[in-house]
Amino acid sequence: MNYNWHWKVLLETEPGGSGTYLHYLIVGLGWTLVTALAAWVIALAIGALVGTLRTTPLKWVVRLGNLYVEIFRNVPLIVQMFLWFFVVPELLPKGLGDWIKQMPPPWSSYLPAVLCLGIFTSVRVAEQVRAGINSLPRGQRMAGIATGLTETQTYRYVILPQAFRIILPPLTSEFMNVIKNSSVALTIGLLELTGRARSMQEFSFRVFEAFTAATVIYLLTNLIVVVLMRALEKKVRVPGLIAVAGAPQAGH
Amino acid sequence: MDSGFDFDVIQRSWVYLFREGMSFTLTLTALAMAGGIVFGTLLAMMRLSSMKPVAMLAGGYVNLMRSIPLVLVIFWFFFLVPYIGAWVIGARDPIKVGAFWSAAITFTMFEAAYYCEIMRAGIQSIPRGQVWSGYALGLDYWQTMARIVLPQAFRNMLPVLLTQTIILFQDTSLVYVISATDFLGAAAKVANRDYRLVEMYSFVAVVYFVVSYGLSALVRRLQERIAIVK
Repeated sequence: MNYNWHWKVLLETEPGGSGTYLHYLIVGLGWTLVTALAAWVIALAIGALVGTLRTTPLKWVVRLGNLYVEIFRNVPLIVQMFLWFFVVPELLPKGLGDWIKQMPPPWSSYLPAVLCLGIFTSVRVAEQVRAGINSLPRGQRMAGIATGLTETQTYRYVILPQAFRIILPPLTSEFMNVIKNSSVALTIGLLELTGRARSMQEFSFRVFEAFTAATVIYLLTNLIVVVLMRALEKKVRVPGLIAVAGAPQAGH
Repeated sequence: MDSGFDFDVIQRSWVYLFREGMSFTLTLTALAMAGGIVFGTLLAMMRLSSMKPVAMLAGGYVNLMRSIPLVLVIFWFFFLVPYIGAWVIGARDPIKVGAFWSAAITFTMFEAAYYCEIMRAGIQSIPRGQVWSGYALGLDYWQTMARIVLPQAFRNMLPVLLTQTIILFQDTSLVYVISATDFLGAAAKVANRDYRLVEMYSFVAVVYFVVSYGLSALVRRLQERIAIVK
């Protein structure tokens, strides 16, 4: 293949004048992480709530939870991104909508991106939480009630602490999915890592250097997340409690 | 929104959206599914191979694909495919490849990594005794795989393979980033031309929802039927 590599491009100054291209990409990683972390907070909060509610005996609450999950699971992420960016501000009251649209960049893309990714991921977290709770033996809930705990207390002290430990490994991969999925925010103008690799390619014409650098940065980030999460799993593990490996799942 | 929801723009453009856009999306999904399952099954067989270098090569490929964002993979292949094409046919300069074929190769290569993990679990779910009895009957590796292991693995994994295909159907909308005219791309063109973003993107979301929800309901029914048969 005829391609002349030119790795020194990473140390050349990017046209915006903020520093080298390498620095430009690292700042992109920063945006990727800030977006992913904020979205992850939303995803965990809503996901834990919806997932738990879907295991309660309340029929209409379960139905409402199912509806929420089905809506956000069956629309592609990029379409949801466009809905949050283009459509939602138009449907809000005029003052609020205009305020969102007139926020200085990158915040006008950042806010819709975080909301979109947070809610998109919350559905997947909710599924994991529900699966984790349902994987516990029924006796655990019964024993909780039998010891005189209320339904809420049983969830708080018996079911959820075990369920969250069981689903820690799938939650790790969901967290890595948020990091990867945050790249879709480039379509609404957020210059995160992939977006910056793309503009570096447009400015410098060094296609494969830009994409290789971004790929290596993503791989290193994944590695760090995996190491941290393994440490967390080890720290919170209850001796003697063996989690069953789940069935293979479809994903992206 | 000054003028309210304008259904007229959808009425004017839906034929174009489905004829140009949806046919692109569905063809791409079908091609990438077929290619991805074939390549993914081969990768799964490689990952389970007793030859260490082969297993490591396949494992490395799958983990690489699963670690980087699909958008980045789309960019990679969009620029890489012309070079690979030139290398294959021995041309000196990168050849021209359209957005469709670039996307078809991208999604085949990317989804293969995910189909591989599903097929690997499927192959591993077949009891070892099945393989041994195949060998005992005098079949070789490829015959045992093709006649005994893979048919059962496919059957066990059919619901997950189909669910992955629904995700693939949704993910093909990301070809927007290379300006391909898939269903979303076609809608975006109309939306920007007529300045009807609210209407067009809402319509796109509804169509994707109906198709994906309908398909996943079918998969659930299939799953129940297979579960009873087993």
